[in-house]
Amino acid sequence: MNVLPVIKKEFRQIRRDKRALGILVFLPAFLLVLVGYALNFDVKHLSLAIFDEDRSSTSREFVQSLTHSEYFDLNYTLTSEREIDAMLNSGKAHLVLRVPRDFSRNLLSGKNATVQILLDGSNNNTASVAGGYTAAAIQHYNARISGELLARQGKSFSPPISLEPKVFYNPDLKSAKFLVPGLFGLILMIVTVISTSLSVVREKELGTMEQLQTSPLKSYEIILGKALPYLLIGLVAATIILLCGWILFDVTVRGNIFMLYTAILVFMLAGLGQGLLISSVADTQQIAFFLSVFSSLLPSFLLSGFIFPISSMPVVLQIISNVQAAKFFLVIVRSIILKGTDLFAVWDQVAYLLVFVAVTIGVSSVRLQRDLNA
Amino acid sequence: MNGSAEYSVVVENLTKRFGDFVAVNNVSLRVKRGEVFGFLGPNGAGKSTTIRTICGLLAPTSGSAVVDGREVAKFADEVKANIGYMSQRFSLYEDLTVSQNINFYGGVYGLEGSRLEERGKWVVRMAGLVGKENNLTRSLSGGWKQRLALGCAILHEPPIVFLDEPTGGVDPISRRNFWDLIYQLSHSGVTVFVTTHYMDEAEHCNTIGLIYAGKLVALGSPSELKTKLDAFSFYEILTDRPIEAMDALQQQPWVNETTIFGSAFHVSIVGQEDAKARIRRALAGVKITPKKIERIAPSLEDVFIHVIADEDKRSALARQPSIGASR
Repeated sequence: MNVLPVIKKEFRQIRRDKRALGILVFLPAFLLVLVGYALNFDVKHLSLAIFDEDRSSTSREFVQSLTHSEYFDLNYTLTSEREIDAMLNSGKAHLVLRVPRDFSRNLLSGKNATVQILLDGSNNNTASVAGGYTAAAIQHYNARISGELLARQGKSFSPPISLEPKVFYNPDLKSAKFLVPGLFGLILMIVTVISTSLSVVREKELGTMEQLQTSPLKSYEIILGKALPYLLIGLVAATIILLCGWILFDVTVRGNIFMLYTAILVFMLAGLGQGLLISSVADTQQIAFFLSVFSSLLPSFLLSGFIFPISSMPVVLQIISNVQAAKFFLVIVRSIILKGTDLFAVWDQVAYLLVFVAVTIGVSSVRLQRDLNA
Repeated sequence: MNGSAEYSVVVENLTKRFGDFVAVNNVSLRVKRGEVFGFLGPNGAGKSTTIRTICGLLAPTSGSAVVDGREVAKFADEVKANIGYMSQRFSLYEDLTVSQNINFYGGVYGLEGSRLEERGKWVVRMAGLVGKENNLTRSLSGGWKQRLALGCAILHEPPIVFLDEPTGGVDPISRRNFWDLIYQLSHSGVTVFVTTHYMDEAEHCNTIGLIYAGKLVALGSPSELKTKLDAFSFYEILTDRPIEAMDALQQQPWVNETTIFGSAFHVSIVGQEDAKARIRRALAGVKITPKKIERIAPSLEDVFIHVIADEDKRSALARQPSIGASR
């Protein structure tokens, strides 16, 4: 084995290219902060406008029951119907609650009272969440009113079914807890696929690969020597993500940390295989870069379940989503970090990753061999 | 594998195909220990493919190459450890310093400790890079890079070095200096197998092989090759209308070949008697009065043009009436 000179050389080259090294090390932290804070699906402090035509103590009480929570901020009180459109058009309010003139009269006489909410649907996610919150708040208010009414008649009341949800693993349902483990897939993909493919293709382009091939180095020594430094950098990047996730977003690893790192290592091998596969196809760094981005970054962002749940994708995309390592890695990482399970609980995902590693590395070494005998 | 004491490289009936394309067609040659063997041919003739097959980078389709007594196809690893190889692209890491490049290639060839240090110093001296050990390779001029690349290729003191167009894109003075290094190597007993398409470089080789369209069409020392042209005499002709003059001469049965050379052209003629008068008469027929007609000694370039024209005629006959033969 004569890998050491290659490793040493690779490290020297990485160290020389300070910009690339900076990207490799700080991109993870940067992405984490960006994604952790900006990519927030938690809908809170929705801007609410009220058009209360009833202006009774009952209607005021009803409105207050909504605005008590942190979900709505009562920012505007409207006085005419015309203002409603302007509110939604200008985006000043996410939703407008309209309480009709007969609200308190109907309610107190035991008739059905109606209220209207007008939602800005241009952001469908916010709109559906806002609708849900309002519905829940009204239901809550309903139960209270019914209870009070019955109590006045001397009867006690309890609703027939009451739901008591208990959320496991991420009790506060914070997006960050869901996203931070998901970021692993994205960032490790960047580090492994792009840097391996670029570093191999760069040598092809410069002709140094030919020089290495005429040397006594064997091809696995060349590949190993080039891969090990990037695996190490990947581990550093993974550690940075873990630390940042812990410090900034309070994401702690519930499961076994060694198992987590084992999974990370297997995943990086998959990325490495993919990078090698690309470098066996691409002849220029430009092509290698594009292939890397299209084959790793985009799928691991869009099709891995990192943000968008795979189960709600069209069947075709669901099938396509299987041709990448990130999807399986995310299941493993989420279950180790959030659920605290071990690797055996997700053995099928691990097995798939291993298959992915074997196929990519196998095919790329066959292709490399064929280059020799073409 | 006999004769390996005398010959560093023995190539027998080597053929390399890429699909339907025959890049190297049944090439046989022998390179004596310690000689400078020049491997010539136009771009795309199969020079690089041949050299890469001999170095074990490509597997031959048929035939064999034996380097230093070892069959390349069977002992590629041993062969690789015992040769030096330098490609036209110099193959240095531009983002590493001079000494980092040396240390890397030294490590690759298994040099360690005091031997690596000693050989490294030798390379730095040989390449004229004393005091520049910590400079980035990127900042060196072409000539320096070229000598450093040669140094890295022979760090491990191989008995044979393969240089694939080592002087491409380098200024004439650096080219001259580089050939001085090649002679030094050869004098110290190292076999040098070098490809080039510079004719002046070819004149400096002990033996020359000319490859054309994958076939070895000439093999011998420069003076041996020139004797191929003993049957012809060469004249340099200067006129205002060289193209018409060449056409007119080409019609004559005793004219073998005409080739443009700068502002003049060369003509090779069968037989020698009365040559100048015959040329004048032929040109007078198209109303051209030559400014100068001078007998010249044939150069290697004349030899190669002659050999290649012959080869084209032969393959045209073989493939008649196909079109591609008119090249």
